[in-house]
Amino acid sequence: MEQKLKTDFDKFISTSNFSSQEIKLKKEALDNFLKNGFPSRKLESWKFSDINQIIKKNIGELAFYNDYSIKNEINDDIFIKEIEHNKIVIVNGKVERLSFEYEEKDKINLLTLDNFNQNSNESNSLLSLNNSFSNKISNILVKKNYSFKKPLIIYQITNEKVSNTNINFQLNFELEENSSIKIINLSDDNSEKNFINNLFNFNLGKNSILKNYKIDKKSNTNIKYDYSSIIQKENSISETFIFSSGADYIKNEVTCNLEGKYSSAFINGIHLLSKNKHHEIRTKTNHLYENTKSYQLIKSVINDSSKSVYQGKIYVDSKAQKTDGYQLSKALLLNEQAEFNAKPELEIYADDVKCSHGSASGSLDENSIFYLMSRGLNQTTAKELLINGFLLDVIEKITDNEIKKLLKNMIGLN
Amino acid sequence: MRDKQIEDLKDYKYGFSTDIESFKAPKGLNEEVIRFISNIKKEPDWLLQWRLKAFERLKVLKEPDWQKPKYPKIDYQDLYYYSAPKSFKEKPKNLEDLDPKLLETYKKLGIPLQEQKRLNGIAVDAVFDSVSVATTFKDTLTKKGIIFCSISEAIQKHPDLVKKYLGSVIPISDHFFATLNSAVFTDGSFVYIPPNVKCPMELSTYFRINASDTGQFERTLIIADKGSYVSYLEGCTAPMRDENQLHAANVELIALDNAEIKYSTVQNWYPGDKDGKGGIYNFVTKRGLCRGKNSKISWTQVETGSAITWKYPSCILKGDNSIGEFYSIAITNNHQKADTGTKMIHLGKNTKSKIISKGISAGKSDMTYRGLVDISKNASNSTNYTQCDSLLMGNKCGAHTVPYIKNKNSNSNIAHEATTSKISEDQLHYCQQRGLNQEEAVGLIVNGFCKEVLQQLPMEFAVEAQKLVGISLEGSVG
Repeated sequence: MEQKLKTDFDKFISTSNFSSQEIKLKKEALDNFLKNGFPSRKLESWKFSDINQIIKKNIGELAFYNDYSIKNEINDDIFIKEIEHNKIVIVNGKVERLSFEYEEKDKINLLTLDNFNQNSNESNSLLSLNNSFSNKISNILVKKNYSFKKPLIIYQITNEKVSNTNINFQLNFELEENSSIKIINLSDDNSEKNFINNLFNFNLGKNSILKNYKIDKKSNTNIKYDYSSIIQKENSISETFIFSSGADYIKNEVTCNLEGKYSSAFINGIHLLSKNKHHEIRTKTNHLYENTKSYQLIKSVINDSSKSVYQGKIYVDSKAQKTDGYQLSKALLLNEQAEFNAKPELEIYADDVKCSHGSASGSLDENSIFYLMSRGLNQTTAKELLINGFLLDVIEKITDNEIKKLLKNMIGLN
Repeated sequence: MRDKQIEDLKDYKYGFSTDIESFKAPKGLNEEVIRFISNIKKEPDWLLQWRLKAFERLKVLKEPDWQKPKYPKIDYQDLYYYSAPKSFKEKPKNLEDLDPKLLETYKKLGIPLQEQKRLNGIAVDAVFDSVSVATTFKDTLTKKGIIFCSISEAIQKHPDLVKKYLGSVIPISDHFFATLNSAVFTDGSFVYIPPNVKCPMELSTYFRINASDTGQFERTLIIADKGSYVSYLEGCTAPMRDENQLHAANVELIALDNAEIKYSTVQNWYPGDKDGKGGIYNFVTKRGLCRGKNSKISWTQVETGSAITWKYPSCILKGDNSIGEFYSIAITNNHQKADTGTKMIHLGKNTKSKIISKGISAGKSDMTYRGLVDISKNASNSTNYTQCDSLLMGNKCGAHTVPYIKNKNSNSNIAHEATTSKISEDQLHYCQQRGLNQEEAVGLIVNGFCKEVLQQLPMEFAVEAQKLVGISLEGSVG
C-alpha cells in the first residue's frame, strides 16, 4: 500500500496545480499517514470498528489517485423539488457546482483555500489522508448579521466511474457574528466499494447558528468516514442531525468545542440498519468555558446481522463551571444476530456541573406489541408502529419545521 | 469532643509499624526467587511448575498502560518477593505463642484475635506481611466441614481442591499483574464451603502490609460448593511509609450450583500524605465465576485508601440463571487516584447483573469508573442494570465515567445511567438551617448518597465504612 500511496500521490500532484506551500503541507500530511496507516482496533477510538480490517476485507487494494480534471455530468432529476434551496454539488470529491441563487451575493464570500487546517497533528490518520489527497478546499464565509434565506443542500454524489478508490473531500464554513445557515448534506452514491473520507470544518462566531442535517439513505457498498469539527464562540448554537442508513459502513464523528460562554451544541442521530451494515457515531463535546450546554440523543434500530456503535464523550474542563451535558443512547435489537456496542463517556474536571448519560438496549417491548395487537393491529404493523415511534423521537428534535417535514417524507416516517 | 475526634483522625489512624525482624527472600524477580518461595513453603512440585509457567508467561507480557492514573515505573527487580516475620519459621500452635509485639499491633488495629472478641462472631485469619498468623474459630467451622485456612495450609492439607480450582478463574496467562501474582504469590486465604452448608458467621481477613519494599502478593481462593452460602469480609490497613508499595493480589471466587458468595471489602490503605507522597498501589485482580446454575456472586467494596486504586472485581455469569452484583463506593481525596469498576460477562441464559457505583472525588484527586457489560449471543433473556453516580467537591479534582456496553443478544436488556454533579446548595442550606454545621451537613448528604451501597455491607463493616466515609472527606469542604 505504501508504494501505491506514493506513486498515486506523485501522480496527483503532477496533474494538479498546487502552490509549493500546499505541496509541502500535503507531503507532510502524507508522511503522517504513512507513519500511522489506517486506524485499527488497537486505537481506543476505533475499538469497535476496525477500519483497517474493514477496508482490507471489503475493498482490498485501494487506489488513491483521483482525476479531478474530469468533468462530470449532473442530472438535475436528483435535486429536491419540495423546497427551494441553494446548492453545492460534489461529484467524486470534486465541487462541480456552487449556486447561491437565493442569497445576497455580497453577504457570502467564497474562497479557495491555499492551506488547510493543521489538524494533521492530531493522531487521527484519516484526517492526514484527507489533507494529502483532497482537492482545493472551498471556504464559505457567511458575513456578519446575515442569515441564509433558504437552506443549502450539499449533494454528495459518487458515480460508477470510481470504484476501489479512496475519495477525499474537505469543506469549510465560517460563520461571522449573528449569522446563520441551514445545511442539508445529502449523500447520493451510485458507486460501489470506495472509501469515502469527508472532513467538514465549521467555525461559529458570536451569536451564530448552524443547523446541519446529514442524510445517508441510499443503499451502497461504500465505506465512509465523515468527520465534522465544530468550534463555537460565545452564545452560538450548533445543531447536528445524523441519519445513517445507506452505506455498508459509516463512521460519523462529530467534535464540538464549546469555547465561548452560553454556547450550546445539539447532536441527534439515527441508525437504521439492516443486512450486515456496520455504522458508528462517535461524538466528542468539549466544554471549555463556563455556562455551556450540550445535548445528545442517539437511537439505533438494528436488524439482521447489522451492528451499531455509539461512542460519546463529554469533556468538561476545570474552567467550565455551570456546564450542562446530557447524553442518551437507545438501541432496539430486532434480530438475534444484531449487535449494539456503546461507550458513553464522561470526563469531568469541574464541580459545579450537571452531566449525565444513559444507555439502554434491548428488544421491542412484548407488552406494547400485545397492547397494539389486542386492539386489532397485526404483529408486523404493531412492530412498525413502535419502531416509528421510537425513531420519531429523534426526528422531532429537529428545530426547523420545513426541513423536519422534508426529512420525515424522505425517511418515510410520519 | 468532636474537634478532638477530628484531630485524632486527621493523621492516618493506622500509621505505625512494628519492628519485628523480617525474614526476606533476596531482592529481585527471577527463577531462583520463585524456587526459593516454593521451597520455603514446602510446596509440591506441581505448584512450583505452575509458578514457573506463569513466570515464563510474564516474560512475554507487557505492563498495561491504558489506565487513567499514571505512576512512576516500578522496578520489579528492586522488590522483595518474600518476607515473613522471623519468629514464624516455626508456626505457633496457639495465640499465646504469638510475638507479643504483633498482638499489640493487632490490638491497635482493633482486630478481634483474642477470646473476648469471639462475641463479635468473626473468625479472623490475619495476614501479617505474607504469612498467615493464626486462625480462630476453627472448631465451629470444622464441625460444619468448612475449610477456612491460609492458602499455604490448604496446599499442604487439601491439595486436590487447590489443584482443581487454583487459576480456574484467573488463569496464569491473564494480564501482567495477575500473572506476576501467580508466579510469586506468598500467602492468602482459602475457603471451601461443602455442599448445602450455610456458613454460620462472616469470615474475615485483615491484611497488613509491613516490611518496607515488600510487594504483597496475596492469593485468595473461595469455593462455594452446591447449595452453600458464604459471606467474606476483607479489610485493609497499612502503616505509614514514604515509598510506594505495590500490592497485586488475586482473588478467585467460584460458585457452583445454587451457591452464593458475598465478598465485601473495606480498603483503607495508606493513601500517601497531603502532597501525594507515598501511598500504596492497589492493583488487585478480583474475579468471580458463577459456574453453576442459580449461583450468585456479590461484590461490595468501599475504597477509601491507597495512592492508586486500580481494580475491577468482575463476575463471569456462566451458569444459567446466575446473578452478579457489584456495589461500590470509591472516595478519593488529596492526590489519590482511582480507576475502578467492574465487568459483568453474561454467558448463560437468564443471567442478571446489577452495578451500583458511587464515586466521590475531592481535593486534587482523580476518579474513574470503568466498566464492561458484555451480553454474549447465547445469553438470552439476560438483563443488566447499571447506575454510576459521581460527586465532585472542588474544581481541582476529576470524575470520569467510561462504561463499555456490548449487547449481542436481542432478547436481553441493558440499562445504564450515570450522573455527575456536586452537592446542591439547596440540600446544604436545608441541613444547615436545621442546625448542622457545614461539615456535618456534607457528611450527612454524602452518607445518603452512598446509602445504597452501605446497606449491602454486613453490620460490623457498615459502621466502620460509614465512619471511613467521613474521615476520608475530612478537610475537603469549604
